[in-house]
Amino acid sequence: MNFDFSDDAKALGDQAKKLFADKAGTSAARKAMAKDAPAFDAALWAEIAALGWTAARVPEAHGGLGMSAEESCMLAEAAGGSLACVPLVSTLLATEALLMAGNEAQQAKYFPGIADGSCIAVVAWNEPGAANPQALSVSAEANTLNGVKAPVADLAGAQLAIVAAAGADGPSLWLVDLAAAKVETLETMDLVRRHGRLTLNGVAAEPLGSSADYQLWLDRAAVILAYEAIGTATSAMAMTVEYAKTRVAFGQTIGRYQGVKHKCADMYIKIELARAHALHGIAMISSNGAELRQAAAAARVASLDAASFCGEEAVQLHGGIGFTWESDCQFYYRRARTLSAALGGRGWWADRLVRALELRNRAAA
Amino acid sequence: MDFNDTAAEAEYRATVRAWLEANADEYREPPATPWKLDEFIARSKAWQAKKFAAGYTGITWPKAFGGQGLGPMQSIIYGQEEGRFHAPSGLYSIGLGMCIPTVFTHGNPEVAARYVPKALVGDEVWCQLFSEPAAGSDLAGIRTKAVKDGDDWIIDGQKVWTSFAHASDYGIVVCRTDPSKPKHKGLTMFIVDMKAPGMEVRGIKQMSGGSDFNEVFFNNVRVPDAWRLGAEGDGWKVALTTLMHERLAVGGKPKHAPGYATLMKLAKGVEAPNGGPAIEAGDVRQRIAQSYINDEGIKLTQLRALSALSKGEMPGPEQSISKVVVAKTMQEMAAFALDLAGGDGFVTEGADPELDKLQGSYLWSAGLRIAGGTDEILRNIIAERVLGLPGDLRPDKDKPFNAAA
Repeated sequence: MNFDFSDDAKALGDQAKKLFADKAGTSAARKAMAKDAPAFDAALWAEIAALGWTAARVPEAHGGLGMSAEESCMLAEAAGGSLACVPLVSTLLATEALLMAGNEAQQAKYFPGIADGSCIAVVAWNEPGAANPQALSVSAEANTLNGVKAPVADLAGAQLAIVAAAGADGPSLWLVDLAAAKVETLETMDLVRRHGRLTLNGVAAEPLGSSADYQLWLDRAAVILAYEAIGTATSAMAMTVEYAKTRVAFGQTIGRYQGVKHKCADMYIKIELARAHALHGIAMISSNGAELRQAAAAARVASLDAASFCGEEAVQLHGGIGFTWESDCQFYYRRARTLSAALGGRGWWADRLVRALELRNRAAA
Repeated sequence: MDFNDTAAEAEYRATVRAWLEANADEYREPPATPWKLDEFIARSKAWQAKKFAAGYTGITWPKAFGGQGLGPMQSIIYGQEEGRFHAPSGLYSIGLGMCIPTVFTHGNPEVAARYVPKALVGDEVWCQLFSEPAAGSDLAGIRTKAVKDGDDWIIDGQKVWTSFAHASDYGIVVCRTDPSKPKHKGLTMFIVDMKAPGMEVRGIKQMSGGSDFNEVFFNNVRVPDAWRLGAEGDGWKVALTTLMHERLAVGGKPKHAPGYATLMKLAKGVEAPNGGPAIEAGDVRQRIAQSYINDEGIKLTQLRALSALSKGEMPGPEQSISKVVVAKTMQEMAAFALDLAGGDGFVTEGADPELDKLQGSYLWSAGLRIAGGTDEILRNIIAERVLGLPGDLRPDKDKPFNAAA
């Protein structure tokens, strides 16, 4: 049995955590909050591209390193933990779509740019009025798209969007060159990661795979996003545990009180449950396993629960100082909502999990 | 990543499987009616002797003590394969899982040579006598005292929650031998003969209606000094090594306890409050998802630990979340499912087998949240040993036991 990350993936994860600890983290996030701050940290983006992280999952034939989903997930966890102001997770999600659904020409056209960092690719899934990944109103007609996608993470500065749109066989993915589309900024609860509104008025688009590919992509994206959420939750926990070891009240450090330490233990429990399901998700991606749908949905739900709980209790356990603008707690608290909005919320994925179990039971009957 | 055995593991599994196929035929199905105690003990002894003869006992123990000298994976593989059958289990799990390793690690060699082999073959059953009415979570608060009398010790006091005391020949008992020392320092562990004069075992009737545990009373029970396990005053250290084994043993969801699959099945046949099958109601689906996440999350967490063992590494601390998640999930899921069934979920008379199981699970889970470390103690352990938070304030810790409030 080998139910763990490979040594190579762990080494990449360690490298990413180390670099982000130096160049990202909450102090960088605070600078990024300023109104006039750039959309993302271009110098850091250039550095991670030079290190080959954007190329990690891209096939060797297209200028990449041909690594596995394990590496993408390790990078997503490091990005989530450091709140890094780079469009890395967006690009990883787009890379996964192009990898599993792109034809040879599409891959040859976009992968080299993604690999060297010159093409920032994002995922336009959300749209006004649609709260679940199945009910989309942006529609495709003769290879053009019409409608509005918003909020779209990391939209400003991106060159390529993978757009989810309704079609005759259900929703599917489309490739849109952003040079031809209308891109505006859109303010959200997250003051660090920039979001935008993408207006598509008969914009040219190329179909990217089938509606079945879209469903499979949702599963894979959910696993990658689960690692981002696990990273964020883990950092919120670490910050809170550190505070509980130093803050003194009633003559002793507050970490001695069970009212405090048991909440920290609950943070750990929720994070480890999420890790178990997310790792199951990777194992199913790697083996094209039949349990991918349930594993991905469980990973998504468990990781959102962990991120929300850790973000909320981080503020609570810090007390009044945690509620101030100057405290770093707000980054995790706000980011939990970003993560939830990224790909359909907890309720939709919990229902998808039960549907997967029902399908499995029917198949077994 | 894969869930496959290594070549050596696969070979061992095949050997075990072939042996079970040839020898466990009568245990393919669960017994039609649960065995009475006498039959359970007789079957347990016969089954243990058979396993002993075939080399499936003491799998991880050193060969010097009659063990097989194999690794934890072999022991786990045997457990997985035997788990596919319904052979009698439990009578020896505490004795061989916790007591006897303590005896051969800390006991005098002649005593170990006398007792270990008979325990391994199943002739003699052992129990563990630690908890007391005033020493539960605060286990070091033990008051049962042992007083030196020549070459013997004389034990007086009371133990509680002792599994299989009524079926046991011997036990290991932690006693206070020096009340003038701080609570963790004045304890000593001994072997005790459960049939010795002055021993009295009384069954406890649980709130669930069953009687799985006992109270054990010691009234001037005499024990030779040769039965001491570890040095005088080292009882706490010795007990910690014993308990390390318990935490590993009391892990995942009990084998036949209802889980998310039971809730799914039940919800198909019940109407939701606002009409339609309950399985289509949003709140029910959220509950099913949560039960799956908790139950399967623990199973997958255990696979992470197994994977480390299989590679010859130490498992990470993530295993420590198992029982605290499993017990509470069992309780919440059973309560939700019984509520969903309405009045039928509450009636025990003539209840269908699924509801009967859920009712049993609801009652039993209340005990499981306490047994082998309460939810609260387990959260302390996670917070202190995994996250590095400071320990609770213990005002009595360094005071002489007989001077503490």
